[in-house]
Amino acid sequence: MVDSSSIDVLQPVLILLPMHDFIEIPLVKKFKFLKAFEAEEGRDQFLEKHAEIIKVILCTGFTPVNAETISKLPRLECVIAVSTGVNLIDLDACRERSVRVTNAGTAYSEDTADYGVGLLMDVCRRISAADSFVRQGLWSANRDCPYFGSSLGGKRVGMIGLGNIGASIAKKVASFGCEMSYTTRSQKETVPYKYYPTVLELASNNDVLVVCCALTKETTHIVNRDVMLALGKEGVVINIGRGPLIDEKELVKCLLNGEIKGAGMDVFENEPEVPKEFYGMDNVVLSPHSAPLTPESLENVVELSIANLNNVFAKRPLLSVVV
Amino acid sequence: MENLGVLLTIPMNGYLEEQLNERCKLFRLWDVPKGDRIGFLKVHADSIRAIVGNATVGADAKTIGLLPKLEIVSSFSVGVDKIDLQVCRERGISVTNTPDVLTEDVADLAIGLVLTTMRQICVSDRFVRSGAWESNGAFRLTRKNRYGIAKRSEAFDCPINYYSRSEKPETGYTYYSNLLDMATNSDVLMVACPLTEETHHIINRQVINALGSKGVLINIGRGPLVDETELVAALLDGRLGGAGLDVFENEPEAPKELFGLDNVVLLPHIGSGTWETRKVMADLVLKNLEAHALGKPLLTPVS
Repeated sequence: MVDSSSIDVLQPVLILLPMHDFIEIPLVKKFKFLKAFEAEEGRDQFLEKHAEIIKVILCTGFTPVNAETISKLPRLECVIAVSTGVNLIDLDACRERSVRVTNAGTAYSEDTADYGVGLLMDVCRRISAADSFVRQGLWSANRDCPYFGSSLGGKRVGMIGLGNIGASIAKKVASFGCEMSYTTRSQKETVPYKYYPTVLELASNNDVLVVCCALTKETTHIVNRDVMLALGKEGVVINIGRGPLIDEKELVKCLLNGEIKGAGMDVFENEPEVPKEFYGMDNVVLSPHSAPLTPESLENVVELSIANLNNVFAKRPLLSVVV
Repeated sequence: MENLGVLLTIPMNGYLEEQLNERCKLFRLWDVPKGDRIGFLKVHADSIRAIVGNATVGADAKTIGLLPKLEIVSSFSVGVDKIDLQVCRERGISVTNTPDVLTEDVADLAIGLVLTTMRQICVSDRFVRSGAWESNGAFRLTRKNRYGIAKRSEAFDCPINYYSRSEKPETGYTYYSNLLDMATNSDVLMVACPLTEETHHIINRQVINALGSKGVLINIGRGPLVDETELVAALLDGRLGGAGLDVFENEPEAPKELFGLDNVVLLPHIGSGTWETRKVMADLVLKNLEAHALGKPLLTPVS
């Protein structure tokens, strides 16, 4: 048992796995980070030792928070995720225990959306491929750039997911003269775009698919071979959501066989591993999960995390509640 | 127009070349070794009545001077800075270009350049392809800023300033009558004006310095609108935050000093480089030539 008189003035926050520097550095000034991953005695003992004082877990999008861990923390009130995605948190277990879960809300939305639009433009207009062509000195040798793009105007773009990020992408892409449509769990009455009840129907009626929905059991591999075939040989897929939303092995095959024309990905099934077949493809754009990462977004998340941590300890209403 | 002798200056579009070959009498200038070109033009001077050029090789005074039967120059581009308009005017030679049909694609690319430059998308792509992500696992922090080009940038919530010969109050954007002032008050400077004697090097050292170490220059106009030597120096010094360039002073040469920088995107003049638009441009060149051959009004004459 921890002697309460030895607790620092700073309120304790449980950190299960290493936290990003850009979150940790500002937050350790205001909170006491209890780092389970550094415990010499092992995680289980560590959790037991601090069980009476842990009210809150602060985690990244890559930190599993499972039922077992939750069960070891009788005082746990809230899991604060610094990511948008909460697919590694056992939300059912949290619900059962009345443990709240918050995420980054809209902190990253605009920047992630902008990046998604950038990826889409890059794939359609072959920007990265052409930039490489110039940097390798091939332009002066060849004069004719082989990387011909495809006009955005008039393209039919289908959004899989239309939350904060999806809606922002859709608004921006619409300004290029694209015809927007979407699929979500249920139709949204106020949205001016055409709704398709399934991803397959969406793919059959579009030239570009933008994947930006939450990753759950139901949405794992929501973009599968059938969907890609329905999208067709001129089709482009952009993934700004989570790697497992797309069947990556099938994506590689479809690209190799010309079943779809190109892809832009900021996320992969087993980051940071990337299928080696992508490295040689000039019709894909690869990005190391950096869409949300801008100084402004991170400031937003730090602010939001501090606010919610303070809200927990002061028993005030939480922001960006998922559960 | 089988009897129309057309001189095509460089390979610019397979479909256009094919059509010209089928429908006209085609002379391919680039097939002739450089040293023999003057001789070649003299030999065919009686046949060549049209030139089809583009943004790289147009029709200069020397070439026009060698072709006494030249009636029309039909450019596979909207920019006509590579055509000696003065000489054409004096000789009564018609000039046509391809305005409007490529506007959307170039505007789209301008935004694409802003996004890929500021968010370092090409850099990220190279980083992943090198295998460095897999071995490092390091997240890359990228920059964000306000950006845009006119109508499209409204969708990105960017306030828009503009500098042009005359004010356009119907746009609702903020007009600047002084380029230096505008550069001082902008995060991104988009260069999208025609190249003329007045606009040559309009983006000079002062303008670049005013844009500053957090500013980004995007050029989708013409290379010589920007003093390239000054631009390179400013980027290397850190006086300019970044640049997205689709055009250069001496295409296809791009400054090698920039090849190693992460805050630039370098493109080989692909503003209108989509299958769709190039076909429409080619058809417009052909329609102009046909109209000329039939004595009908030209579709897109340059006045």
